[in-house]
Amino acid sequence: MRTPSTRNLKNGFMILSMGVATLAVLLPLVIIFTHIVKMGFSSLSPDFFIHIPKPTGETGGGMANGMVGSFLLIALASGLGIPVGIFGAMYLVEYGGNRISGVIRFAADVLSGVPSIITGMVAYTLMVVPMKKFSALAGAVALALIMIPIVLRTTEEQLKMVPDTLREASLALGVPLWRTSLRVTLRSAMKGVLTGILLAIARIAGETAPLLFTALGNQFWSRKLTEPIAAMPLQIFNFAIAPYEDWHRLAWAGALVLVTLMFALSLTARYLGRSKYQS
Amino acid sequence: MKVSGKVNGDFVFKGITVLFAFSILVIIAVMVVEMVDQSLPAIKKFGWSFVTGRDWDAVQESFGALPFVWGSVVSSLLALLLATPLAVGTALFITEIAPKKFGAVVAALVELLASIPSVIYGLWGVLVMAPWLQSTIQPFLIDKFGFLPFFTGAPYGVSMLAAVFILMIMVIPIITSLTKEVLLAVPQSQREAAIALGATRWEMIRMAVLPYGRSGILGAVILGLGRAIGETMAVTMVIGNTPQISLSLLSPAYTMPSVIANEFAEASSKLHGAALMEIGLILLAVTLAINVLARLLLWGMTRRAATGGAK
Repeated sequence: MRTPSTRNLKNGFMILSMGVATLAVLLPLVIIFTHIVKMGFSSLSPDFFIHIPKPTGETGGGMANGMVGSFLLIALASGLGIPVGIFGAMYLVEYGGNRISGVIRFAADVLSGVPSIITGMVAYTLMVVPMKKFSALAGAVALALIMIPIVLRTTEEQLKMVPDTLREASLALGVPLWRTSLRVTLRSAMKGVLTGILLAIARIAGETAPLLFTALGNQFWSRKLTEPIAAMPLQIFNFAIAPYEDWHRLAWAGALVLVTLMFALSLTARYLGRSKYQS
Repeated sequence: MKVSGKVNGDFVFKGITVLFAFSILVIIAVMVVEMVDQSLPAIKKFGWSFVTGRDWDAVQESFGALPFVWGSVVSSLLALLLATPLAVGTALFITEIAPKKFGAVVAALVELLASIPSVIYGLWGVLVMAPWLQSTIQPFLIDKFGFLPFFTGAPYGVSMLAAVFILMIMVIPIITSLTKEVLLAVPQSQREAAIALGATRWEMIRMAVLPYGRSGILGAVILGLGRAIGETMAVTMVIGNTPQISLSLLSPAYTMPSVIANEFAEASSKLHGAALMEIGLILLAVTLAINVLARLLLWGMTRRAATGGAK
């Protein structure tokens, strides 16, 4: 038997440390996740989905207004953000290649790293101050600002993968570039583009900070887009920091619903997966 | 005018795409301009003393941001210090050590958990982690290490320590997945050459993989720092929100995003709003700088890997 050299010992030790590091990373994440599932599951009830929060001191109630509010905010933000992202990406792919497109690409990456609370402050000065009140619209603008760089960069990656021969075939048939872009290029990359959109929606669905002073939150059903609106992440925040056991219960249930939505979106995105042109 | 109809279509299309593509630059410009504009009352009134002042009193209208800057810097740097070795170790485990399929499972798990929203980490942090810290970890630290200035005081639960832990848990997935991308961009020939020379697995990593990916890994870590500094909800929920500067990790603290989250919606006066805006401006400037630096490092790395094979 050969005695292991110090080199081999060191090798074994470092490999072991990497395994331990991986365990140390996964453990807290798994603990948090199982905790959400356990607490959330025991707190969920049919009431949760059909009632609005009860006033302080009363038990029961749900987050129905928050769920509808979140849905509205996401839909509005998508309506604003997705076209900008997709058409912006088309510029980079069809007319890009110059220096300015590199700058735009870089700016999009940098913008996606700006803290979301800053996005909220900007939406506040652009929307809340002139309108003189907090509103669903202002919240949607804040969320759209977060979506744009994500949709733009993922769409660009997907459009780039469509082979030039497809475009050339369409252009050679006399189809103008704009129709080629929309009907041939975009359609070929559709699955990949959808993936990017789903990931962007997953990102904004849990955003809380930018809604604190735009959508603000609402204890009741919101009737108008120009009024404050409830949103699930905001409710989870308010319930979590309140000292009431019953509100904590609602917060856990909300967390479970939100996490389930996140995972469903990421898994669907993963399933739709890559562009068919990707190697 | 059949022909001009077609030309017009392309003209309009190009116009729309240019407009939307450039909107990215417009958004960043508007962000900076609006935030400078809105902070002007505070900038004029306090000048540099805003950054060095320790007072934060909405009633007296005396505003100094130092406690928030301190809280942000200390919590982010400590979290990064703890997270980096774990995250890089995990990324190395995924790409260099684990069998391919198992590595893919670990990577997918890390990425899936990275998608949990910040407010949910905060929920867990304030209802589960902070009470646990208060009942076990903090009394232990006070008892055994109380002679150090970092572990003095009473166990509150919500504290700088809680913020450091929650930030660490939150930035690890980000650094891990970015580092993984960087490591995957290291050419296979680098590894083969090291193995051919008789290097052990670790020697290969140390001599061939890590040096090649150094700037990219650094970029990933700096990007993690950007996330940690800007992280709002989870930190707000566990840090205790007390504007003080204390060496002790057990005492409550405050960060720049947290004070904005707590006070902005109900800023009592114009000057109060402007002071919060200026804190936002500092935060924006810091995160823009961090992101530009990190992106340059990451781009340089992946571009070198993309062209490295040809040259």
